Amino acid sequence: MKEIRFHGRGGQGAVIASNILANAAFLEGKDVQAFPFFGVERRGAPVTAFTRLDEKPIRIKYFIYNPNYVIVLDESLLKAVDVTAGLKDPGIVVVNSKRTPEEMELSQYKVATVDATSIALDNGLGSKVSPIVNTVMLGAFSIATSVIKLESILESIPGQVPIKAEENTKACKTAAEKIVLHW
Amino acid sequence: MSTKKVISGNYTASYASMLCRAEVVPAYPITPQTTIVEKIAEFVASGQMKAQYINVESEHSAMAACISAALTGVRTFTATSAHGLVLMHEMLHWAAGARTPVIMANINRALAPPWNVWADHTDSMSQRDTGWIQIYCSSNQEVLDTLILCYKVCEQPDIMLPAMVNLDAFILSHTSEVVDVPDQKEVDDFLPQFNPEIKLDVDEPLSFGTLAFPSSWYMEWRYKIQHAHDLAAKRLVEEAKAFEKHFGRPWGGLIEEYRSKDAEIILVTMSTIASTTKDVVDSLRDQGRDVGLVRIKSFRPFPTKDLREALGHAKVVGVADRSHTFGNEGPLFTEVKGALYNHDRRPPLVGFTVGIGGRDVLGSTIEGLYDHLEKVADGEAYKEVRWIDLIGDEEEVV
Amino acid sequence: MDRPRKDERPDYKTWKDIPLTPVCNFTTIKGNPTGGWRTFRPIVDMDKCIKCGICWQDCPDAAIVWEEDHPVWLYSHCKGCGICARECPSDAIEMELEVKI
Repeated sequence: MKEIRFHGRGGQGAVIASNILANAAFLEGKDVQAFPFFGVERRGAPVTAFTRLDEKPIRIKYFIYNPNYVIVLDESLLKAVDVTAGLKDPGIVVVNSKRTPEEMELSQYKVATVDATSIALDNGLGSKVSPIVNTVMLGAFSIATSVIKLESILESIPGQVPIKAEENTKACKTAAEKIVLHW
Repeated sequence: MSTKKVISGNYTASYASMLCRAEVVPAYPITPQTTIVEKIAEFVASGQMKAQYINVESEHSAMAACISAALTGVRTFTATSAHGLVLMHEMLHWAAGARTPVIMANINRALAPPWNVWADHTDSMSQRDTGWIQIYCSSNQEVLDTLILCYKVCEQPDIMLPAMVNLDAFILSHTSEVVDVPDQKEVDDFLPQFNPEIKLDVDEPLSFGTLAFPSSWYMEWRYKIQHAHDLAAKRLVEEAKAFEKHFGRPWGGLIEEYRSKDAEIILVTMSTIASTTKDVVDSLRDQGRDVGLVRIKSFRPFPTKDLREALGHAKVVGVADRSHTFGNEGPLFTEVKGALYNHDRRPPLVGFTVGIGGRDVLGSTIEGLYDHLEKVADGEAYKEVRWIDLIGDEEEVV
Repeated sequence: MDRPRKDERPDYKTWKDIPLTPVCNFTTIKGNPTGGWRTFRPIVDMDKCIKCGICWQDCPDAAIVWEEDHPVWLYSHCKGCGICARECPSDAIEMELEVKI
């Protein structure tokens, strides 16, 4: 079983990202679960979402405490939330950032970074104040972890995003090319 | 041809209502039920679902509208949760008393104060005596299948009871899982049109909800509700077989027995906790521990006979409730004890109050329950009712 | 457990006979006169009546029937609620205390 935790801010699409990833894994024949933790539901508030994937049927129905992977959609969350809490060893952290792991004080983990904000804005996803980076981060995640094929993510996007399927698909592909693996 | 979709428990309920051709959907939004009725509103607006969607001013009105619509011979659906359900309380009695087969999805959520929108069974447990059938689901697939099955059973002329299909807040309502969604024809072939023997008809007027005196027929009308529940207990199982034949997947019975037939230590529980428990049972069995699970799916009608057969052989039985009857114990615990009391084989029973207000019930939480039950089986003194995972201290014996 | 027939007063012997849902037909209602509950009796002045049918439509107990072109009150069932008098657009209906009559 692989467990993935998403950290984002309300409006960035973390919940939809958890669903796109689940759907992509389902297309690859896996059993899946995707769920959010809803706290304060407002734009900008920290949001956590989860995806579980397994070859066998998934029966457990509780939160993910020890994820294999963490996806951070907003770099500013690094200061607000303990994004690596419970991360399995060796786990991978995928962060939307232009900085190095050392600069983010994440050097003890396997870290992959991608400037998802720029890619999202280049593709007209969201606004400068509130870029929607979810599909971009999934493109990066696919390359960083290999638990999911990029094609499966791309196939899942159109049915899951409410608008701009083409732009999201293009942004996702770009992220897969521009990701930086710091290991 | 059915299609597999990755969808939330709430969307599953919306799809089920469309596939079952609900014609009137009166509803009032409440967290975490909202996305069910949002999706239905979308279906109706796009013309995919041919139904009258009624905006009402409260859940009380929603249920009143369901009852009236059902009395005209129309299939109805609604959904609610927590405070919405308890506001419906009076009308729930009306729906059952008028014998209208209204089908409702209830998202099991805690009651305030303090405000809490997470999983807890207190809302539906407090509606236990309204005459409704109550089924508790442990997966999104089961939500879909149970809704179809409930329409099939509840609309039969000798049943005519309303049914509440319960799903845990967020754990099912907002969790996406793989659901095999049948196509319209498959559902149409299984579920006939609703055509009640008695309905509102302007050409042949009848007065509904009449007065009945202590000396004549009130008590008999109440007995008829009990009688219909007795029939429903059988019919659910029979129709589940037909369901399996038609859709190719089992629904099972009023209870589900998981590695319990040869187990000395059995935990009885419902809903999503039971799903997690299956993994725990497997891992404890791998360690050579003699444990099993009995999941109660139908709380009303209550499966007394099945439970006697499933639990009589156990050395000890634990009952995990996700709600509590203040001044006593968990309601499921009370009922399971009651079912076994007049049985010739009566294992000791322990009640666990767990997961209140959505407190996460982990595999380790359930393993702790089995640890406790093993000690009871070994003859250790035990408290009859335990509150599990209270922060700081254990409960106090006064 | 069939639908009660329009024209007969059912004679139930057991709980098995009564319909599933508590209903009664017009014949049964006819057999239970409620006129004795009345304190005020609606009296119509046919000279003022404009035959609009509003009283007939609004009576909650169907105690007003339409005969040819005018309303007739079934005092055996009228409970004297006064809705007809209140709603009559030509003020043709007066509510009079029963004891005086």
